[in-house]
Amino acid sequence: MSARESGVVSGPESGGEAVVSGPQRSAAAGGWLARRDATAKLLAAFLVTAALMTSLEPVVALTVIGALLAALPLTGIAPAVLWRRGWPLLASAAGVFAFAVLFGERHSPVLAHVAGLDIRRDAVGYALRLLAVALPGIVVFATIDPTDLADSLVAHLRVSPRFAIGALAALRLAPLLAEEYRLIRLARRARGTRAGPFSTLFGLLVAAIRRGIRLATAMEARGFDRAGPRTIARETRFGWPDGLVVVAGVAIAITVIVLKFAYA
Amino acid sequence: MGSVEFRGFGWRHAGRKAWAVRGFDLRIEHGERVLLQGASGAGKSTLLAALAGLLAEDSGEQEGEVLVDGRPAREARAGTAMVFQDPQTQLVMRRAGDDVAFGLENRGVPRAEIWPAVDAALAAVGFPYGRDRDTAALSGGEQQRLAIAGAIALRPGLLLLDEPTANLDPEGARLVRTAVAKALLDLDATMVLVEHRVEEALALVDRAVVIGEHPDAVWAPGAALPARKAAAAPGGPLLRAQGLVLPHTGAVVDEEVLAGQALAVEGPNGAGKTTLALLLGGLTRPAGGRVAATAELAGRDAARPPHRWRAARLAGRIGSVFQNPEHQFVTGTVREELALGGASPAAVDELLARLYLDKLALANPFTLSGGEQRRLSVATALAAAPRVLVLDEPTFGQDLRTWRELVTLLADLRDEGRALVLVTHDPQLVDSIGDRRLELTR
Amino acid sequence: MQTRWRTVDIVVAAVIAVAFAAVFYAWNNLWEALNGFALPWRAAIYGVWLIPAVLGPLVVRKPGAGLFVELVAAVISAVMGSAWGLSVLVSGLVQGMGGEFGFAATGYRRFGLVNAVIGGALAGTGAALMDLGVLPYLPPMTTGQRWTYAILVIVSSAVIAGAGSWALQRALSRTGVLDRFPSGRERVAV
Repeated sequence: MSARESGVVSGPESGGEAVVSGPQRSAAAGGWLARRDATAKLLAAFLVTAALMTSLEPVVALTVIGALLAALPLTGIAPAVLWRRGWPLLASAAGVFAFAVLFGERHSPVLAHVAGLDIRRDAVGYALRLLAVALPGIVVFATIDPTDLADSLVAHLRVSPRFAIGALAALRLAPLLAEEYRLIRLARRARGTRAGPFSTLFGLLVAAIRRGIRLATAMEARGFDRAGPRTIARETRFGWPDGLVVVAGVAIAITVIVLKFAYA
Repeated sequence: MGSVEFRGFGWRHAGRKAWAVRGFDLRIEHGERVLLQGASGAGKSTLLAALAGLLAEDSGEQEGEVLVDGRPAREARAGTAMVFQDPQTQLVMRRAGDDVAFGLENRGVPRAEIWPAVDAALAAVGFPYGRDRDTAALSGGEQQRLAIAGAIALRPGLLLLDEPTANLDPEGARLVRTAVAKALLDLDATMVLVEHRVEEALALVDRAVVIGEHPDAVWAPGAALPARKAAAAPGGPLLRAQGLVLPHTGAVVDEEVLAGQALAVEGPNGAGKTTLALLLGGLTRPAGGRVAATAELAGRDAARPPHRWRAARLAGRIGSVFQNPEHQFVTGTVREELALGGASPAAVDELLARLYLDKLALANPFTLSGGEQRRLSVATALAAAPRVLVLDEPTFGQDLRTWRELVTLLADLRDEGRALVLVTHDPQLVDSIGDRRLELTR
Repeated sequence: MQTRWRTVDIVVAAVIAVAFAAVFYAWNNLWEALNGFALPWRAAIYGVWLIPAVLGPLVVRKPGAGLFVELVAAVISAVMGSAWGLSVLVSGLVQGMGGEFGFAATGYRRFGLVNAVIGGALAGTGAALMDLGVLPYLPPMTTGQRWTYAILVIVSSAVIAGAGSWALQRALSRTGVLDRFPSGRERVAV
């Protein structure tokens, strides 16, 4: 997956300077938002999401969806990427809407009457809110690079480096495990049996644990479990553009609350 | 710096009855370059792990001592670096420079000193790319060179390499050996290298140490290898590849797989050997061209391509042996594995005996050693009595004794009238039993 | 019992999370897209998604394993492009805590079937509470529908995530792959 997402990576090269600096944040999607600190992005998305949870009013959800779509160019996410990641969301919202109209509760006000069915406010509100809540998450995570995330969590949220880097290292095995999963399924066919899902999952778990142990051994051999402070080779700055992201999140959250009371 | 001594050293892994190593004595002086050889299971990896201080006290039982620079190895870890066999499962970070920096970060080296050391290490191994290169986009040989860079960035006094070229094609192996030689020029270190195939490794070392009870199982230059090319003329074709397209390289393959013949498929990693093996094995759908079975192999099913056959029919005609035997294990005991295809108990017993697996009949397949697993995976492919066998890197990581056994077995199978397709970059295998060669290029 | 996590504990716990996140990724999008239509079915097999919360502690046997495995799986899901973005983190947290309590209740000394089932049930309870009370992904349901959903989820979690993880860990142990862990030492010496 890292191969799929890797694009141009920014960062000053050394080139004869007296002080050799390391790479700054990588730019997973190449946009302004991609270069912002991961914790800032998480915080902003979390604030917006939490605010949205307090209201079922369709207008509120629509506002947020509209604002995010309008700001899409700023995030550097191509609409195609958004579709690829988000289409299950639309399908799910449609499913929720259908269930609510056909079987759901019956006490919110009716907004419209279509083809003999009552379209109630809650049905619309639930479907739209589902989209509005998930959208910031998609946007944020499409622009977060795992290495940057680990660095940011360690630097700003005091997450234990052993756990963050350990998880990051395990993540590197994901494409390998995907390939092993494919081979395990093919191997079942070669044996003359159909691949039961549990059998394949079991084979994958064994392969995954084996690889994990080898990786852990290699990390230990490089001093990973040494007691004592650990430096981070990459810089993780939190500058005013990152603060801007948090402020934007706060602003949207406040707008949501205000709108909620305006329409109550 | 970097002198090594084993005094009556023994180690037993927790949960095992047998000792991995026992009563081992060895002395290596500072600056020596030593090749460590031995049969599979002789304890080479355990000895290296002991030198690296990786055998934790709670993970087993120790006898005797292992000393680095006069101190117990567990305490001397800061001056030791190790490179492992699997290139992809020892890289930690996504970017090449970050990975080399990883060891330095762990030691608390100040940030300002890290990057010059990283650049120096990358240059020392001749790494062809910059710091930002995605490690997933590297070939196996490049990944191993990166691992070596990571090891020498810490300027160790003791450098350990556990079969660093085992997973690589000959070109990658050569690049790694060159990188090691180059790196050692600048580093005043002792080196202990474990390798199975020795000819090329000998140039890097001052002496070779053979351990274990089976010195004849060790590859040595000039060892006599079985010469088992087909004596009889091959039979009729069983499988045909017609205009078969290999997606990654665009190469087109036109070949026939004949009964009583061993076809060796060679080429560098990335040239599509495994893809071809999967296609001939009827496991994946061709992107272009076709794989066709003859009536002799498939009877009325010959009209349909193998990837459309039902799994049970496929196994009875074309057996596949994967590079990693563990991918193919489905049951909980060796006997059940062999019985899976519906083979009768008598047939199962015969297979067990033929492949020296009878003592292991009730063992869990995952607990077998590498050589035993390889034999088991060949046995399971044989259980359905197919006429065609496709094997992907069958001699991978074998010591000489198990190698000889496997080669003799394969030759016998071929002489019985089966067709073998051997995907391999083992030149000795091809010389021993390869009747025809197909070379794939990148 | 040693409470400090070794490197191998951290990496293998994370790798279990990666393996499940990868498998879920392939299934999730399709399954969640059917949300609404397939609700009862989804509730009946809900336990599958909670296996990591119980399997983690069973394999690694260190405090925090349930939480760590679920959080890592959630972060990976989110980064890989889960359609649910941020909320999987909250779900993961709550589910992980449920699994965790199943073993914390006996001081992390017992890792048998009973603890596993309890851990699974608690994780399922947490998940049901989140789905019904906090998360926005379910349609508005009647009280009866909500109770049905909750019970299905909890039972499914107790059985699949609880007993299922226990059986899974024992099967893994028999392969010898867990020999570096206390959970593998139960195996008879080979």
